[in-house]
Amino acid sequence: MLKKRVIPCLDVRDGRVVKGVAFEGLVDAGDPVECAARYDAQGADEITFLDITASHERRGAILSVVAMTAEQIFTPLTVGGGIRDERDVKALLDAGADKVSINTSAVVDPALVERCAGAWGSQAIVVAIDARRSATGWEVFIHGGRTPTGKDAVSWAGEVARLGAGEILLTSMDRDGTRAGYDLDLLRAVTSAVGVPVIASGGVGTLDHICDGLRAGADAALAASIFHSGQHTIGEVKELLALKGIAARPIAEAR
Amino acid sequence: MNLVVVDAGMGNLRSVERALEEAARRVSQSVKLTRSGDPNVVRAADVVVFPGQGAFRDCARALDGGLREAITGSIAAGKPYLGLCLGLQALFATSEEAGESCRGLAIYGGTVRKLEGAPGVKIPHMGWNTVEPERRGGLLGDSAEHYYFVHSFVVVPSDPSLAAGTTEHGSRFVSAVERDNVFATQFHPEKSQSAGLSLLGRFLERA
Repeated sequence: MLKKRVIPCLDVRDGRVVKGVAFEGLVDAGDPVECAARYDAQGADEITFLDITASHERRGAILSVVAMTAEQIFTPLTVGGGIRDERDVKALLDAGADKVSINTSAVVDPALVERCAGAWGSQAIVVAIDARRSATGWEVFIHGGRTPTGKDAVSWAGEVARLGAGEILLTSMDRDGTRAGYDLDLLRAVTSAVGVPVIASGGVGTLDHICDGLRAGADAALAASIFHSGQHTIGEVKELLALKGIAARPIAEAR
Repeated sequence: MNLVVVDAGMGNLRSVERALEEAARRVSQSVKLTRSGDPNVVRAADVVVFPGQGAFRDCARALDGGLREAITGSIAAGKPYLGLCLGLQALFATSEEAGESCRGLAIYGGTVRKLEGAPGVKIPHMGWNTVEPERRGGLLGDSAEHYYFVHSFVVVPSDPSLAAGTTEHGSRFVSAVERDNVFATQFHPEKSQSAGLSLLGRFLERA
């Protein structure tokens, strides 16, 4: 049977890994290629780069990071952040990304999702949704969480799946950076509404949070700080998942 | 040996090349890799690797410029063939995904159909899943192994004995075929870490 995935996420700015809480006090946390290779060796099921380079003119940095990473590791690689159009998608896929994750541009131009899925296949197109609790449910925010859209996150998830997104990367803005665990209600609402895989994101502070998210219906669990800080390894997650009876790929099979 | 990675414009081939290079290094095989969509280059190669992601329709179209004849000729001549993802589906004549006019290589009878989704069965089938060998002594080895999948369509061979490996996702489907000089997988060995590199290494050793 298909296994639940554990995905470390690396925030990359101007070609370097940065870490910080809610975009405050970002510090250099190393070379992304080395970090990706380390997670690969630990048995990560996939690796995600989120490019937070502020200037679109400096996107060349992420392209060379992707190319160098793809030379070294044999693990699926997803890249998101700042993707505006088909040219950006093509450049990332050509550089060696297996999937690209589109966020703001999907809201601004939903047909972009359809065009990209048509050109490269749904399997290569992830739509990232940043959602915040509202009075009636969850609202979609764009521009790195700065701009409300008035869109309901659950119906937006359904819409992008219909447009051809092969996967949804669902981030709870309320939980992101809090280490209080995923927003499980949000996860349940979205996973029961769409037929494509959903990656849980935002809020992991303990290994138990990963188990909770996967039990709530997520197909994959994304986490950043618990791995970067050295607090836990991917192997420790896999051990706990095995202990809890959650089907995951055993670590012994990783390189 | 001269190995050609067939470039039918079906996505990034660099990861396939890198994985083949690394697999060759690990089993100490000397392999000269060429990436090409030129039928003459494909015809001249000792080993044909056909990777691909995306739509069967585009794949069939890409085969129309002489590649179909070049690849089927190599297979008929007994040269080792490795198909990855669409390179497996292309072994069959047609796909539900595209009309009857879109022809694959038609090496085997059967078809390509869409996986059925259900509650708890997400489409695309994306992630690591187990491949169970259907026979002993094949390239897949004798025990189940995890590989990385990402696809929505599966092959349904008319001859069930083509199946070298099967996988469960909603229902059980054929995730690898093996017959004589042909080996093809629905999963991506080039994205399957050490398990994938070992499999590619076994293919190269036998090639």
